[in-house]
Amino acid sequence: MAREDAFFQFLLRMGDNTLILGHRVSEWCGHAPVLEEDIALANTALDLIGQTQMWLGLAGEVQGMGKSADDIAFLRDAWDFRNVLLCEVPNGDFGRTLMRQFLFDAWHSIQLGRLMKSSDERVAAIAEKASKEVAYHLERSADTVVGLGDGTEESHRRMQEALDYLWPYVGEMFQSDEADAEMVKAGIAPDPASLREEYDALISRILGDATLTIPESRFAQKGGRTGAMHTEHLGHLLTQMQWLQRAYPGAKW
Amino acid sequence: MSQVTTQPSTTRIWEWLDAVPDPEIPVISLVDLGIIRDVAWEGGTLVVTVTPTYSGCPATSVIAMDIETALRDRGITDLRLKTQISPAWTTDWLTEKGRVKLEEYGIAPPQPAGGPEKCPRCGSKDVTRVSQFGSTPCKAHWRCQDCLEPFDYFKCI
Repeated sequence: MAREDAFFQFLLRMGDNTLILGHRVSEWCGHAPVLEEDIALANTALDLIGQTQMWLGLAGEVQGMGKSADDIAFLRDAWDFRNVLLCEVPNGDFGRTLMRQFLFDAWHSIQLGRLMKSSDERVAAIAEKASKEVAYHLERSADTVVGLGDGTEESHRRMQEALDYLWPYVGEMFQSDEADAEMVKAGIAPDPASLREEYDALISRILGDATLTIPESRFAQKGGRTGAMHTEHLGHLLTQMQWLQRAYPGAKW
Repeated sequence: MSQVTTQPSTTRIWEWLDAVPDPEIPVISLVDLGIIRDVAWEGGTLVVTVTPTYSGCPATSVIAMDIETALRDRGITDLRLKTQISPAWTTDWLTEKGRVKLEEYGIAPPQPAGGPEKCPRCGSKDVTRVSQFGSTPCKAHWRCQDCLEPFDYFKCI
């Protein structure tokens, strides 16, 4: 795989993760259980969408076809998206949303930490900027997972169910392909598999504090980050997210 | 609008920018906020380097427009805004004057300890966090246990 193609894939993976998760989290706007959580979710979504602009903006630059971050976000169909499946699964209840956030934030914070040392200074700069926001996301999602996991009987049961449901989506974040190998060779990004040990240590500590049990199975649902197969949920999400640009092509504020 | 015949000094331009209020927290200026990183003349073009606070902050585009408007009103027509994301913006760049103004306005300034030092209204140190997030991306929501007033805390990043 050519270096530029691999770089483009890598940037789509970063930007599509934040775009799709950002959209999912924004679906809570006006629906969260309490006002403070509503604001927190909306702010988290806003950070993720902001990071998307940087990743997809750079993707457009690297691709060299004159596409903006908006073009890439709004004018591709499901099979061109490169986010991990974890980001597109439906919100479920508040507990599942926060568990998904925690499982993603933990990976995201480790990944950005590594990317701050990227040989590409544009990647390093975006990672530096995003890592500050993500450290804050992780602090909140970890606290909430502990609060609800080690909470009432009802909240504990729901958090364990959320973890059991989401666990098969965790493995995909650590899978590597030839695009990743190319990024490692260029010193642009780490091998995804190399993040697993640090990730497991981090989530074991937090989920232990939350009195939750990590499932033993290492089976991983995959196909999102390669684009081979997304869940049926992504298409439904895109019908909402892309509606305006599809119905009124080229519409501007 | 006055027509500029000689290039104003960068010191003068910093003063002008220090008069442009932040659109969300108008009590402090863009310079107080620490987002203006550089002002320089490149030939006849004035280049202003701006660092965004939070990547998704909706005020960012308004800020760019406010800078342009303020400088054009001073007669500067050849202007370029440059966005710089590294080094990433930090609340350490808030000016001392800005921190004082924030507190007078009722927003507790950022502290390295990660929480407000005291209630910006009554000065009590008995404060508690309501939410890690607040009305804008840069703030969190706190409450004073003595005067019972809720208040904004400028997050330390």
